[in-house]
Amino acid sequence: MNAAYLYSLVTVVVLGLIAYAGVEAAGLDVLFGVIIPYLAFIIFLVGFANKIIDWSKSAVPFKIPTTMGQQKSLAWIKQNKIDSPYTTGQVVIRMLLEILLFRSLFKNTRTGFGAGRRISYKWVIWLWLFALLFHYSFLVVVIRHLRFFTEPVPFFVSFLERIDGMLQILLPNIFLSGFALLAGALLLLVRRVFLPKLAYISRPADYFPLFLIIGIAVTGLMMRYLSKVDVIRIKELTMGLATLQPSIPEGGISGLFYVHLFFVSILVAYIPFSKIMHMGGIFLSPTRNLANNSRAKRHENPWNYPVKTHTYEEYEEDFRDKMKEAGIPVEKE
Amino acid sequence: MAETPKPDELFENIDHGMPDEPWEEVPPDLSEGRFCYPTKKKNLEYLDMPTTTKDEWSPADAEWPIPDNWKEIIHEGFKDRLEKYRSLKVFMDTCVRCGACADKCHFFIGTGDPKNMPVLRAELLRSVYRNDFTTAGKILGRIAGGRPLTRQVLKEWFSYFYQCTECRRCSVYCPYGIDTAEVTMMARELLSLLGLNINWILEPAANCFRTGNHLGIQPHAFREMIEFFCDDIEEITGVKIEPTFNRKGAEILFITPSGDVFADPGTYTMMGYLLLFEHLGLDYTLSTYASEGGNFGLFTSSEMMKRLNAKMYAEAGRLGVKWILGGECGHMWRVIHQYMDTMNGPADFGETPKSPVTGTVFENAASTRMVHITEFTADLLRNNKLKLDPSRNDNKVVTFHDSCNPSRAMGLLEEPRYVLKHACNHFYEMPENTIREQTFCCGSGSGLNTEEIMELRLLGGLPRANAVKYVHDKYGVNMLACICAIDRAALPPLMDYWVPGVDVTGIHEMVGNALLMEGEAERTMDLRFEPLPYAEETEEDADE
Repeated sequence: MNAAYLYSLVTVVVLGLIAYAGVEAAGLDVLFGVIIPYLAFIIFLVGFANKIIDWSKSAVPFKIPTTMGQQKSLAWIKQNKIDSPYTTGQVVIRMLLEILLFRSLFKNTRTGFGAGRRISYKWVIWLWLFALLFHYSFLVVVIRHLRFFTEPVPFFVSFLERIDGMLQILLPNIFLSGFALLAGALLLLVRRVFLPKLAYISRPADYFPLFLIIGIAVTGLMMRYLSKVDVIRIKELTMGLATLQPSIPEGGISGLFYVHLFFVSILVAYIPFSKIMHMGGIFLSPTRNLANNSRAKRHENPWNYPVKTHTYEEYEEDFRDKMKEAGIPVEKE
Repeated sequence: MAETPKPDELFENIDHGMPDEPWEEVPPDLSEGRFCYPTKKKNLEYLDMPTTTKDEWSPADAEWPIPDNWKEIIHEGFKDRLEKYRSLKVFMDTCVRCGACADKCHFFIGTGDPKNMPVLRAELLRSVYRNDFTTAGKILGRIAGGRPLTRQVLKEWFSYFYQCTECRRCSVYCPYGIDTAEVTMMARELLSLLGLNINWILEPAANCFRTGNHLGIQPHAFREMIEFFCDDIEEITGVKIEPTFNRKGAEILFITPSGDVFADPGTYTMMGYLLLFEHLGLDYTLSTYASEGGNFGLFTSSEMMKRLNAKMYAEAGRLGVKWILGGECGHMWRVIHQYMDTMNGPADFGETPKSPVTGTVFENAASTRMVHITEFTADLLRNNKLKLDPSRNDNKVVTFHDSCNPSRAMGLLEEPRYVLKHACNHFYEMPENTIREQTFCCGSGSGLNTEEIMELRLLGGLPRANAVKYVHDKYGVNMLACICAIDRAALPPLMDYWVPGVDVTGIHEMVGNALLMEGEAERTMDLRFEPLPYAEETEEDADE
């Protein structure tokens, strides 16, 4: 298990060094600034679409929601509309709460063996909290970065920046989201390394994206707060990418930026082949996105096929005499 | 099999520490007592299922009797199921190993075996999926979490997918709704392709196919057993009941698990149903052909489930009933609620179920035409159609065990409670995190209630038993009510072991005790022939 995270950490560090050396020593600005980002983006688009199509192609033979609350049955019994949805509208609400607020994770408990041979189940929200911190700060960071790919910058990006930068104590303005993202990722990592059960189930595929995201956050924060990079030139490069007229700005950009960009490229290209696809999978999860109304509305199984059954006639054939003797009515005397 | 240790000893030995070796390198424990006995070949043959290459074998054997091209069979079977079940594909791809499910499984809590953490149970299958079906797994192999299918992996599947009771508790906590029940079902289907099944599941399935019920009760015996209960009822209440069998033109067909006909304490629940129907003067019939509510096909394959379930609609159609009423059973209701209509529907008989007593129309069962007995009885109570004396149950301090399937695959939570609270005066809930959608399995579901793994079952049932112990110590609970035939078979030994002094009952046994029947003699005994509580005790307690 230790090896799993060391592998991943070393891989990410090596990737960073490759990008840095590639640009600073070998002058491969075009490779790291244009070719790889484009490639990564294409792999992401094709891979992501492929995966979703692949999932969608598989049938949903049965309606199997996990019910977590009272079903709709008798009029006077209060149905739990969110956890046991009966209509599509109720399913949408359940899904929104799941996707936007990680509702199932919020229910998490920790099992403990206490004194007097008592097993206890304590409500714990840490995982939920860390996950929320991580995902939302990531979202804000991604939206803020739209500034680099749009001209003029859309109002919602500037608006979000204003909220994100409320803590105006230093220059340059501090964006909370970047630090929150780093903190979130670190907390998830610490959990994974130090909780024995979690360490035992963790694989390189769990550590690698975490280290990659930590790498992205660290290089991003460094550029913004420590080694001032030339933002004007970066925007020249990114606008070039966005408008399909890529060019490397004159005078070049610091290697640190290319490390950041390379990490992002790797992450983006990695998504379709990794567990990060959970962002798409959650929408298609049959235990969450189906209504609990299967007795009221018949669900069709596209591959339902006839099966061999033991018909009543065969049954009566087997037991007719005994049935007659016992006074059980039969079809054929 | 070694003697089961004393409860203290067994409890103290539970270790949740993680081993030093990675789980991939830990072989499954296939020593005697740790596995369910494989099925007899005759059951496989009778059901036209793939067989093993040897008639007699044991999971403890080094070499398993499987065909030479077994890898190919599994691979093709896996591929087929990935196309047929989106659930499988999505659940194989989306797990992030966040660990939320890890300590939610009763088998993990009880055994401390890391592969009983739902996440690892699924990884057993997922690792092969990655290796065989994903780009990353094909290129990166182990680093991407891939693992080639080997005989050891197969043994691991057999061990751990028969240590999962398909209770769905983990899926409640999973942020993506990954349902290990679904994963286990797929794995069991794959094992079935090689003839690797357990006898405790296949024998009932074969019985059910032939005789209509798991226990292999033939029609005349089925009738005799019911009539035997009627004699008991007459002795206890003075009321003579004469139920009908296979009667055409009845309004309602009643189907309950055959466990209720066969073994205590389920039989008392059966007597409760009979009393209730007599009390109402219900126009119903029992069937010897559709004489099984449960469905061990669910624990085998979707095809077997469909084959066994087909009898219900066929018989309802043949008899010309208006709708079907279903007894208390857990997995039976998963099949009826989530699968039956899809598999064997649309129903070509009858109409939307309507209570002949209250006129209530069960719109929630409009399509399947099948109503749960606690829905039916709750409606009766709400409309004041039952005369009950709950004080007859005053010697019973009751708690309610939500069975896995009615709670997490149906949402039947309030109906049984409503009925129970009308049938008795002393009712206490177990702690919040152990009931309703968070309920713990009895440890013997999905066909695992077989003797040879008793110790595993006691460990798997520990979380449930421990919660019962809490209310037993705190409120003096001495009766555990449930709505599942497997519970009624599995919970008594579990209680005897961990919480002696607690009995197990079905909801309708309690109803049967409390029902004031027309023309009944003064009752002195409950349905178990045990004395009713003294009259003076009944006055003082209106609590709960």
